[in-house]
Amino acid sequence: MMHSKWIETIVGAFVALGLGALLVLTLRISNLSLAGFGADSTYEIRAMFDNIGGLKVRSPVKMAGVTVGRVNAIEFDSKSYTAVAIIQIDKQYNQIPTDTGANVYTAGLLGEQYISLAPGGSEEFLKGGDVITDTQSAVVFEQVIGQFLYGKAAESGGDKDSKE
Amino acid sequence: MSALRALGRAGLSFFERLGRGHIFLLYTLGGLPATLYRWRLLTSQVFALGVLSLVIIAVSGLFVGMVLGLQGYNTLVDFGAEESLGILLALSLVRELGPVVSALLFAGRAGSALTAEIGLMKTTEQLAAMEMMAVDPLHRVVAPRLLAGILAMPLLAAIFSAVGVYGGYFVGVGLLGVDEGAFWSQMQSAVDFHDDILNGVIKSFVFGIAVTWIAVFEGYDTAPTSAGISRATTRTVVNSSLAVLGLDFVLTALMFD
Repeated sequence: MMHSKWIETIVGAFVALGLGALLVLTLRISNLSLAGFGADSTYEIRAMFDNIGGLKVRSPVKMAGVTVGRVNAIEFDSKSYTAVAIIQIDKQYNQIPTDTGANVYTAGLLGEQYISLAPGGSEEFLKGGDVITDTQSAVVFEQVIGQFLYGKAAESGGDKDSKE
Repeated sequence: MSALRALGRAGLSFFERLGRGHIFLLYTLGGLPATLYRWRLLTSQVFALGVLSLVIIAVSGLFVGMVLGLQGYNTLVDFGAEESLGILLALSLVRELGPVVSALLFAGRAGSALTAEIGLMKTTEQLAAMEMMAVDPLHRVVAPRLLAGILAMPLLAAIFSAVGVYGGYFVGVGLLGVDEGAFWSQMQSAVDFHDDILNGVIKSFVFGIAVTWIAVFEGYDTAPTSAGISRATTRTVVNSSLAVLGLDFVLTALMFD
């Protein structure tokens, strides 16, 4: 009888361990967790971009390199043909000027893309529901290469088409 | 002519075994309600199949994760993308290596033991003795083992993946100096709960059914001699490993298209 109880206890511990491992996988590894910023402790702002490049939901939003929030959703505005990034900012960073600019940058050459906020000089601060319009699109690599090649061609190809 | 006949005989016996395996499974499933009622039979089998496999699963998971961390780092650092190590680790462990490797280990560690145990029971006529006492050995012996294997497999696979990720974390962040925040945050942004983790659990569940079914059937179907037990045990390990790898391809094609 003691033996059977002992086995039951160990089996219980085993099942708990297995479920715990599943919990670790869910909370620590997958994106189900990112409750780092809960719904109560954040406020929501929007930023309109002409092109968001490879920005994804849950990409970080940084100011001076510090993560202050995350992208909560990405929508397409069919009136202005722009992408709208809905951003959750942590409440403790509640002194972001209203004329703040937003850029989509890439961490490293192959790294993830994130939104960088560049603070403006306004005395008023962003509140929940405000919209950032002073934005700069993601750099699309093909465009950069295309511009570079075009510039090179214009340089070396004489002044045939450089009238303007 | 005789070669053709041998081929035909082999084909027939293959299908005969396949059919017997399914009928066997059907009868065993009939015993599952009774097993749930007598759950002490189940706990002792979960102990034998799950708890005793824990050490090999955890140690293998740790080393697989550490090797993945080392190899992944060496490749990724050439591209300056060593922060992606977390994604590489988590996706390969949760999607593939966790379910597959732990199922292969489970087949070797627990499946072979199941076959040998049931095979010896049959050889020493313990199963026949049970039938004489009007106890159905499929319900009393096989059903708890089948259920225990099916329950233990997803838990073992989850432990394997979790330990593996921490093994890779130890090598990547602890020894090689990958940035800790980027390691976790990139992992979290790339791994999806439904697409990756839930599908991994479904995979290991299917593998658990396949491995345990093959193991108990081979044991029950063994030729009642010592050579027969040896053949049955070998067949369990070989067949269930092949079944796991084949099923993995099918499931991957269905899940991650």
